[in-house]
Amino acid sequence: MYRYDEFDHAFVQERVAQFRDQVTRRLNGELTEEEFRPLRLMNGLYLQLHAYMLRVAIPYGVLSSRQLHKLADIATKYDRGYAHFTTRQNLQYNWPRLEDMPDILDELASVEMHALQTSGNCIRNITADQYAGVAADEIEDPRICGEILRQWSSLHPEFSFLPRKFKIAITGSPRDRAAIKLHDIGIVMVRNPAGETGCEFWVGGGQGRTPVIAKCINAFVPRRDMLSYSEAILRVYNMHGRRDNIYKARIKILVNEIGIDEFRRQTDEQWALIRGGALDVPAEEIARITAYFAPPAYEKLAPNPAGFVQKRDSDPAFAAWLRSNVAAHKIPGYAIVNISLKPIGGIPGDATDVQMHVAADLAKRYSFDELRVTHEQNLTFADVRQSDLYDLWRQLGEHGLATPNIGLVSDIIACPGLDYCALANARSIPVAQRISERFADLKRQHDIGDLKIKISGCINACGHHHVGHIGILGVDKKGTEFYQITLGGSADENASIGEILGAAFSYDEVVDAVEKVVETYLKIRTGPDENFLAAVRRAGIAPFKDALYAVR
Amino acid sequence: MQYVKNSKISPDEWLHADTDGPLPAAGDLIVPLARWRAEKDQLLARKTRLGVRLASSESPEIIRDDLGRFDLIALEFPVFRDGRAYSYARLLREQYGFKGELRAVGNVLYDQFSFMHRCGFDAYEVQKDIDAQRFSRALSEFTVRYQPDPDGSPSAIELRHQPQRNAKIQRGRP
Ligand code: SF4
Repeated sequence: MYRYDEFDHAFVQERVAQFRDQVTRRLNGELTEEEFRPLRLMNGLYLQLHAYMLRVAIPYGVLSSRQLHKLADIATKYDRGYAHFTTRQNLQYNWPRLEDMPDILDELASVEMHALQTSGNCIRNITADQYAGVAADEIEDPRICGEILRQWSSLHPEFSFLPRKFKIAITGSPRDRAAIKLHDIGIVMVRNPAGETGCEFWVGGGQGRTPVIAKCINAFVPRRDMLSYSEAILRVYNMHGRRDNIYKARIKILVNEIGIDEFRRQTDEQWALIRGGALDVPAEEIARITAYFAPPAYEKLAPNPAGFVQKRDSDPAFAAWLRSNVAAHKIPGYAIVNISLKPIGGIPGDATDVQMHVAADLAKRYSFDELRVTHEQNLTFADVRQSDLYDLWRQLGEHGLATPNIGLVSDIIACPGLDYCALANARSIPVAQRISERFADLKRQHDIGDLKIKISGCINACGHHHVGHIGILGVDKKGTEFYQITLGGSADENASIGEILGAAFSYDEVVDAVEKVVETYLKIRTGPDENFLAAVRRAGIAPFKDALYAVR
Repeated sequence: MQYVKNSKISPDEWLHADTDGPLPAAGDLIVPLARWRAEKDQLLARKTRLGVRLASSESPEIIRDDLGRFDLIALEFPVFRDGRAYSYARLLREQYGFKGELRAVGNVLYDQFSFMHRCGFDAYEVQKDIDAQRFSRALSEFTVRYQPDPDGSPSAIELRHQPQRNAKIQRGRP
């Protein structure tokens, strides 16, 4: 993984010193709360319902064991012994104190981490495919361009006061696990006919109250031009994005209002002015960063060793976990392991300090000392020998980390909702917990198959409900929590926005409604091979509507 | 309010003209864009230096053909979060080649100085005295920058790969 050099270290230390000074000026009254607010936000510090919340950046979701140990220690020392992994591959502490903040940042800096730009109207932490480097269909490891963009976007002098937040996601594979079409900029690594790799740029995707699928703005930008091209897009947005209404301030609204062709024309016009100049990424820099992402020292192994096959065939619980949580690796004899942070009835994405230490230790032992955070709020060990899978599974299980439900009905994304968030209409977490408990029978979950449920506590859509196969949105009806259900959303390479099913359900009704939707799917599917999303796309929402509302 | 020019608190020789009413008879004058458009001839007839003031909704592209007439361009920051003028400043300096004074006006606070400086501003109307006194301190908070600056200061990428710009360079260890 990427390691800081002297410049990166100096930069983060200077940023911590700057923030320490800002906190001092706030505490001695030199800065008003109004003046301090945007400054703390630029450092990931929110004021929530009950306390401050600190969001720590995990660039493109990659962590070393050492970093995860440190994150666990911070949870013990400054928080309540747990932390929360987010849909942007970041980590949140829900109970830190303002006075402790500079010390927490110092601790983060000691393991090459920070909270820069995890909030505020700037370019946010850049996210990437959690299978980076190990997916068989990958064109190029997306973390290379991710790191180049991370550095360029850090305290950018021109783009730190954008109309609104700005999110970038990258995938190196055509199979999109990073939801790139739902980002302000989405990048797909591609290869041109000459065999060179470059970036396909998508622009103007997003969720919130106006969900939009991104449009392709440029099918091939050479890697050396990626910063000048990004800068051209951002400059058009910074000058022309709407600032009169925060709900219309994202780049998707600008792209929709002027049209993708006009947006492209303006971008090209700005690009022509700066292309080939100081922003050119030198080949040496690409090579320097690529070296950090060189594959680890894989052994030459035979696929499916006998011991592994014997355990798989004799232990059904292990086999079930393999089926849902383990994915194919590009190297024979290795596997990708997904660790569910969605135990039945648990809070999606939460991990205790003990669990974090365990995951860090196991990653060191079994996966080259590295792990990833997924945008679906789980963890991934990218490089595990198949022969180690059984031992790893047993040890994960001892700490509640082996729930075999990745991609299944209880692998729910939920935003913090009314339990933490000041903007919420309704609770999200308890709804996720109740659905998870309703479907606690893992055999039933495996029968149902691929099904992504996503829950947001308000229209800001932090829980990605628009792109849930089943989406659940908390709404407020005269002071009471209600939940609107959408069907057929998807965040992958065939991204789509879910369709509203009908009138909203009360907190008490919503779990029954979800179960009814699932039962209807089981009834109408052509067979176990037709997954939930495919069935909705084929049959439309009418059968679900009938099932739900006919009986009411 | 304090006026900072080239990092130092200085006397301000310029007058701001109001949006209407009579113009001062003498003195270097900064006029709003609307007045420049309406009273161009009259303004050019003055034998004083001339500046124009652009609101954050007014792109310098509008005055591109007239740039040679101005010794100063003032760009407004109506609120902290309105960052349009950062782009305007870079366009003026890097693309339009504007060499006169580029002045930040409006909500100009300590924590913006280094961003503004890096985008090409060289003059500031600073709201709080204490901020103005610490102007140089604000610019020295960072020694590392990840982006090339208009003043030619090297970025981290340049320092990494052009060691002559930094004799002490040590590469990171992959
Ligand atoms: S979707 Fe709404 S309730 Fe949920 S975290 Fe976002 S703002 Fe808060």
